[in-house]
Amino acid sequence: MARDEPIKDLVNRLELPFNAFGVDPYGISKKHLVTFFGVLGWFYRNYFRVQARGIENVPPRGRAMLVGNHSGGYALDGALVIASMLLEMNPPRLAQGMVEKFMNMLPVSSLWSSRTGQFTGLPEHAERLLFDERLLMVFPEGAKGTAKLYKERYNLVDFGTGFVRLALKTKTPIVPLGFVGGGDAVPTIYNSSFIGKLIGVPYVPFTPYGIAAPLPVPCQVHFGAPMVFEGTGDEEDVVIKGYVEQVKARIAELISEARQARRKRVRGGGPS
Amino acid sequence: MKVLIAGIAGSLARQVALTMRDNGHEVSGLDRRPWRDAPKGITVHAVDIRKRAAEDVFRTLRPDCVVHMATINALSAGGEERARINVGGTRALFEHAKKHGVKHFVFVGRHTYYGAGPDSALYHTEDEPPQGMGVYPELADLIAADLFASNALWREPKLITTILRLVYTLGPSQQGTLASFLRGKRVPMVLGYDPLFQFLEEADAARAVALAVDKQPRGIFNVAGPHPVPLSSIIGYTGRTAVPLPEILLRQMLGRFGFPDLPKGALEHIKYPIVVDGKAFREATGFTHTFDEVEVLRNYRLLTGG
Repeated sequence: MARDEPIKDLVNRLELPFNAFGVDPYGISKKHLVTFFGVLGWFYRNYFRVQARGIENVPPRGRAMLVGNHSGGYALDGALVIASMLLEMNPPRLAQGMVEKFMNMLPVSSLWSSRTGQFTGLPEHAERLLFDERLLMVFPEGAKGTAKLYKERYNLVDFGTGFVRLALKTKTPIVPLGFVGGGDAVPTIYNSSFIGKLIGVPYVPFTPYGIAAPLPVPCQVHFGAPMVFEGTGDEEDVVIKGYVEQVKARIAELISEARQARRKRVRGGGPS
Repeated sequence: MKVLIAGIAGSLARQVALTMRDNGHEVSGLDRRPWRDAPKGITVHAVDIRKRAAEDVFRTLRPDCVVHMATINALSAGGEERARINVGGTRALFEHAKKHGVKHFVFVGRHTYYGAGPDSALYHTEDEPPQGMGVYPELADLIAADLFASNALWREPKLITTILRLVYTLGPSQQGTLASFLRGKRVPMVLGYDPLFQFLEEADAARAVALAVDKQPRGIFNVAGPHPVPLSSIIGYTGRTAVPLPEILLRQMLGRFGFPDLPKGALEHIKYPIVVDGKAFREATGFTHTFDEVEVLRNYRLLTGG
């Protein structure tokens, strides 16, 4: 279970170069992080009762790339992985996701994603953060991954290849992760791109009970040992795709392990 | 060295002139605006850079270096006049420089060249193209001037050309884009947005331009200083009150109720950040800022009674 250290103390222990305003060079703000993780931490600890395994595989310092699967609904998994890095790691780390452009177009969401270090998914951002020794979080399935229906929640859709090229170019270890529970929390039966277009998002998910409010189901995330590939990032597609398939296969294994562990928790009545 | 500053009556240009005079240069300037009581050792020629009299100054003075600070933004003049000054003026200065043996040309541009938008990267580097003209067309002539100056790098191989893209400045003159925005006690923000702003203290900005004159780096350089700061912190720390308004309402209120009169497209610049990477300039010239972000804002608050 996540450590019970107060969120404020964890944020204070983040090894980021905050200035006198409590803001780092990218605009990440301590004040916003405390509020953000205050809410997210409660959900992580009490609502989704997330169990994280293999956290020791995430380097405590230096550049690294968390690469995982989306489990459906919306990027609930991303938010909980970010929470796991702050709540479970010692020293705590801030995982920085690459969010869809629409997040930055909407008021409030633009402000909060910027202040908590979740920037628009641009190659320039990803590369700069890694060269700056940050912890990047990537979901190579993209929006197609969050749009998975309930019945597809453990499947993996096509992976983009950009993350491997970036890892090679920046000599960054890839830490694979398998996340399960998101699809049960938001059991999507239909995605409406029509309503999504009206409010400026790619789609709006619907569940058997209507709106996509998440259910309080336990979630499980497993981190695998870092994968390091040699190269420049300029290799032919066939080479890159080979590396992508290795990462994808490892994530599939981690999903399978996480499913088993979660099943035991749910059935065994253990700490959930 | 003989240095000619175009647009010398501008607030930052005056500081550049004083800094360069103190560095031992022979400084003179062109401006159709007056600089009353211009200090000793600085000659001001009251001419328009686009008129024949400006060329006479080049002919008689034969400067070694020209510092072009005579561009204006959308807050200063409208449409055609602004384009004539920015594009026509830049062209005229390059032509005079070429004809009259100038060795070094410093174009002082703005970091707003890169534009602001939801998919615009933090920390722009000099090799990026301009963006944002679609939503903020008033930027087009400044960008055209920057690009025209930049292509002198290959168009005029004998001329050393330095293009500077300077972040906002704040300081005693209380002039400039950011200072104009902070002029009132109430400063508007777009509800739900809080972009990072990057700024330099005026004295640091003047030192940066003077360094470019001395070191003569050839190329395009972003000039930045302290870490960027969220707009809300700038407003709060300079003693103003932030007034967050929904974008649709704010568009109607610009220029009224004490709010600054901004072009509609400028709202993008208070929704999204324009943050540049100043590493190349630091490496080329050894520039370091002397005032950090806290000092700049504290000084500005004391200065303006915020």
